[in-house]
Amino acid sequence: MINKILIANRGEIAARIIRTCKRLNIQTISVYSEDDQKAPFVSLADESYLLGPARVNESYLNVDKILQIAQEANADAIHPGYGFLSENASFAKRCQEAGLAFIGPAGDIMEKMGSKIEARDTMQQAGVPVVPGTAGAVANVEDAIEIAKKIGYPIMLKASAGGGGIGMQVVQSDDELTKAFASNSKRAETFFGNGAMFMEKKLENAHHIEIQLLADHHGNVVHLFERECSIQRRNQKVVEEAPSPFISERTRKKMGETAIKAAQAIGYTNAGTIEFLVDDSENFYFLEMNTRIQVEHAITEEITGLDIVEEQIRIANGELLKINQDDLKINGHAIEVRIYAEDPVTFFPSPGHIQNMHVPEGDMIRNELAVTDNYDVTPFYDPMIGKLIVIGKTRDEAIATLKGALAKYKIEGIKTNISMLKTIVDDEQFKLGITTTAFVQDHYLTKVQTN
Amino acid sequence: MQEVKASMAGSVWKITVSEGESVQDGQDVVILESMKMEIPIAAEQAGTVKELKVTEGDFVNEGDVIAVIE
Repeated sequence: MINKILIANRGEIAARIIRTCKRLNIQTISVYSEDDQKAPFVSLADESYLLGPARVNESYLNVDKILQIAQEANADAIHPGYGFLSENASFAKRCQEAGLAFIGPAGDIMEKMGSKIEARDTMQQAGVPVVPGTAGAVANVEDAIEIAKKIGYPIMLKASAGGGGIGMQVVQSDDELTKAFASNSKRAETFFGNGAMFMEKKLENAHHIEIQLLADHHGNVVHLFERECSIQRRNQKVVEEAPSPFISERTRKKMGETAIKAAQAIGYTNAGTIEFLVDDSENFYFLEMNTRIQVEHAITEEITGLDIVEEQIRIANGELLKINQDDLKINGHAIEVRIYAEDPVTFFPSPGHIQNMHVPEGDMIRNELAVTDNYDVTPFYDPMIGKLIVIGKTRDEAIATLKGALAKYKIEGIKTNISMLKTIVDDEQFKLGITTTAFVQDHYLTKVQTN
Repeated sequence: MQEVKASMAGSVWKITVSEGESVQDGQDVVILESMKMEIPIAAEQAGTVKELKVTEGDFVNEGDVIAVIE
């Protein structure tokens, strides 16, 4: 039975996990770096312990120290959040060995999905369509160019171990491929310790749509419908909504069933997400599986009425899912925008001191924040400092609430992407629900770069 | 003489030139990593790298001198 959870993460997700734990009367432990001492998630927890200096290797990736604190503080489970150690199979295994429940899937399943090449292969075997591309790793540039002739440009070059947009690049020609192959392979080697690269056809005008899954340890799997996450910059999401305004009820059902089938095929447990690319004709292709809670989980919670963190804890406790697929209905529409500390045109990060921060509030508004007013945003971690989530009976209602909320959102002292979000919300294509992965390039950058 | 300065705080991810090497205007001298993103820092005039003030892995603040070009 889980009574005390150490949260091996920081920022808004750590604060959000603590909130659910408090409601469930579960004790919480925060671990933090020297530069995060004043962060909201540290004081929210029942206990908090210093990990070490700001750099992630000495703090949030320091497995030995995290496990030592967990044992000394008598934690019985670890929630890894997203990023950091959340998809690190050896960390999951070490937690189990130390007698701590890891709130996520088993290490070997994580390993299978962590290698994008192996994940593609596994999914194909489970009958899930994948984007046309290479069967395994591409050995060298010469082979890559040969393969490019068959697939045809544009091509998405990807690192097998990549994540968060790192080690991934669209290439249009042999020249670009040659340059990108070496540099991305090297980056992947540096960041993930594995430089293996593979190639996929770049689907134009595609939608990025993902299915949220919950799977217990008794073979039950349900899907919590989809999230439309096509609006991205630097291959990272900016605006997400649920349900997708694009797919039909028939496609929704088919994607959900396919995702469940895939999860069952690999014996998946806990919360997970299968990401798909969906083309104009609503054909869908497996992209990757995220074996953890996602940044954008909140919009799914808002339309289903579930608390995904609570479900994760119950599953880790060995409990049966208390919901059937037939019980699940989409109720209303939810949109999330990510607040980034960055230049809204170049997308370069903007660390610094936050002043005069004002966050909109209301019945149909949910805020998840990593920062407070008079707070230093450091250069050591991800630029996402908050999430603004709005809910409406309809998509139009949600958009109207979002527009009003963004108008009231104020952060001074650093650059943020709030002006970008305002432009997107006012865009005609966005209002119509036409949001492909080319949206930021075609409907945002074209507007702001000419001015 | 020109001082190449960090445009934002971050870690020195990669140094792409060595002392004594000649560089072009706009050529990257150092790549910083800030908030999980690579930020290239370029020379603003052509010349020779007289001195590198940082090594890979160093932390720099905005405005810190990274290199001196002559």
